[in-house]
Amino acid sequence: MNFKLILNIAFHLLQARLKQTIVAAVGVTFSIAMFIALVSFMNGLNDLLDGLMLNRTPHVRLYNEIKPSENQPIFLSEEFKNSTNFIRSIKPKDIGKSIYNSKTIISVLKKDTRVIDVAPKVTSPVFFNSGTIEISGVINGIDVLSEEKLFKISDYIVDGTVTDLLQNNSIIIGKGLSDKMLLSRGDIIKITTSKGKLASLKIVGISEIGIAEIDNVMSYTSLATAQKIVGEATNYITDIQINLYDMTTAPAVANEFRNTFNLDAIDYQTANSQFETGSTVRSIISYAVGVVLLIVAGFGIYNILNMMIYEKMDSIAILKATGFSGNDVQWIFISLSIIIGLAGGLFGLLFGYIFSSIIDSIPFETASLPTVKTYPINYNPLYYGIGITFALFTTTIAGLFPALKASKIDPVEIIRGK
Amino acid sequence: MENNVILETKGLSKYFYDPVKFQVLKEIEMRINYGEFVSIVGKSGCGKSTLLYLLSTMDTAYDGQIYIHNELVTGKTDRELALIRNEKIGFVFQFHYLLAEYNVLKNVMLPGMKLGKYSDQELENRAMKHLKTLDMEDQALKMPNQLSGGQKQRVAIARALINDPLIIMGDEPTGNLDKKNSDLVFDIFNRLTQEENQTLLVVTHDTDFANRTSRIITMEDGKIIS
Repeated sequence: MNFKLILNIAFHLLQARLKQTIVAAVGVTFSIAMFIALVSFMNGLNDLLDGLMLNRTPHVRLYNEIKPSENQPIFLSEEFKNSTNFIRSIKPKDIGKSIYNSKTIISVLKKDTRVIDVAPKVTSPVFFNSGTIEISGVINGIDVLSEEKLFKISDYIVDGTVTDLLQNNSIIIGKGLSDKMLLSRGDIIKITTSKGKLASLKIVGISEIGIAEIDNVMSYTSLATAQKIVGEATNYITDIQINLYDMTTAPAVANEFRNTFNLDAIDYQTANSQFETGSTVRSIISYAVGVVLLIVAGFGIYNILNMMIYEKMDSIAILKATGFSGNDVQWIFISLSIIIGLAGGLFGLLFGYIFSSIIDSIPFETASLPTVKTYPINYNPLYYGIGITFALFTTTIAGLFPALKASKIDPVEIIRGK
Repeated sequence: MENNVILETKGLSKYFYDPVKFQVLKEIEMRINYGEFVSIVGKSGCGKSTLLYLLSTMDTAYDGQIYIHNELVTGKTDRELALIRNEKIGFVFQFHYLLAEYNVLKNVMLPGMKLGKYSDQELENRAMKHLKTLDMEDQALKMPNQLSGGQKQRVAIARALINDPLIIMGDEPTGNLDKKNSDLVFDIFNRLTQEENQTLLVVTHDTDFANRTSRIITMEDGKIIS
């Protein structure tokens, strides 16, 4: 089949109805552009919200949970081995928050090829003293460098720098805490631990995550300072936080670590299942709207091609009389709609990018997200791929029916009908 | 002698079913030899146009057989028939039927481009040569709607000639033209048979036109009577 000639004929037919062709292509352009802008924006938003969660939640966290022993003494008894035992009033057992043999576990984890990095942490409830008032809070002793690498905490430091924590006896407190206690950078804060130990720390920074509940209680200090405050040795670690290269494997990896290290392990998906749900629903909505827009554009193309066939009956008849088969005529009309779809779709990608850039530059300042200055956009090339594929698919389908009709036109009827 | 037959029919019958079953063509047996200039005449409704459409392979719903150049064309696929029309048959219709989207030259070249036997450059030369013999070379770059009826018909003839067809079929080619242009078209056809030995089959009800052709087939009620 001579595709060059068929394309040539298709182009000439399009030129003859240039205005309608442009209207049809603009329909496709509009829907693709809207699709791209919508999906990019929605996913940008998803990424932002996911980031908010992931920047605080490790992919896998290892810790000791306070819980009842799974193996109660009666299970060891030979006598009741084959009986069903009912035990009442079991009390949970505190095996201590400290992770046993933490140094070895950390060094093993650091060698694991799936793991980006490991951040050990000491968490302890404390009281912040302001005059006679005590405000309860939490102190997090962190390994500053690995914590920064995994969770980008510097993004949330609104005053001071995170590396100042490397100095002895320094602390970064939450914005809510500093507002309540009228403290600012450079001041000294007094801390009482739950075991009654007192400490004075120098404030080197203020952090703001944007969630009031957290900003009101949270504080950061170095691992060594935290261990000193709670009066424990340098091997005292309460949490081991792990980020993985492939975060989707987190549940499986958490399970594996739970068994290997005999510790409690939780993955980020279990810890934050509501985020997953929100992201999925938003994605579905944006794709649904995009597909509807494209279907509407498809109907437009169908209409215009149908009209063109009625207008071009004579031309179709003469093409057939001079040796073009029904198949050739069908391909002429399919290429017509592919040309409209391709041209409209490519412009749609361009405009979609432009719309996305415009949204990306609209100021979006909110107290809860200190690092975000404009609306978030995800420029994933995948959306552009989906966009152009959808455009070609719908326009080809829309062109297929008129094309089949054109291929079945009987030239004798038209020539005779005159 | 057998090789000289361009077109042959055997027991060709055709029915119309709408509104009632009606036999338009009754067991037509005919033969057209190489180089003949044949006209089919008959009253309106005698089936002469229907016969032409069957012979042209565009209408395939019939009983009997049609041979073009001793090759049975009955029962061939749409694609094969399209190729036969493209290569072996040239058409001239009552209403010129040029493509409004293309200029005169492209209209003439189009069947040749479809056949793909010659390069575009060669086709252009051939098209210009045909237009020149029809005295149309200065109109080559005009659009069809800028031409008069007679000029359009000459372009249609040039288009019919582009692939050196075995036979040119005309359906009332002069039906829409005045006397002067009719004569012009007849002269062109006549010259083609005389000089190029081109086979021609023309349906007409213009008796003046028919009387000047080399053979007249008269039809009545779906039968050839002479």
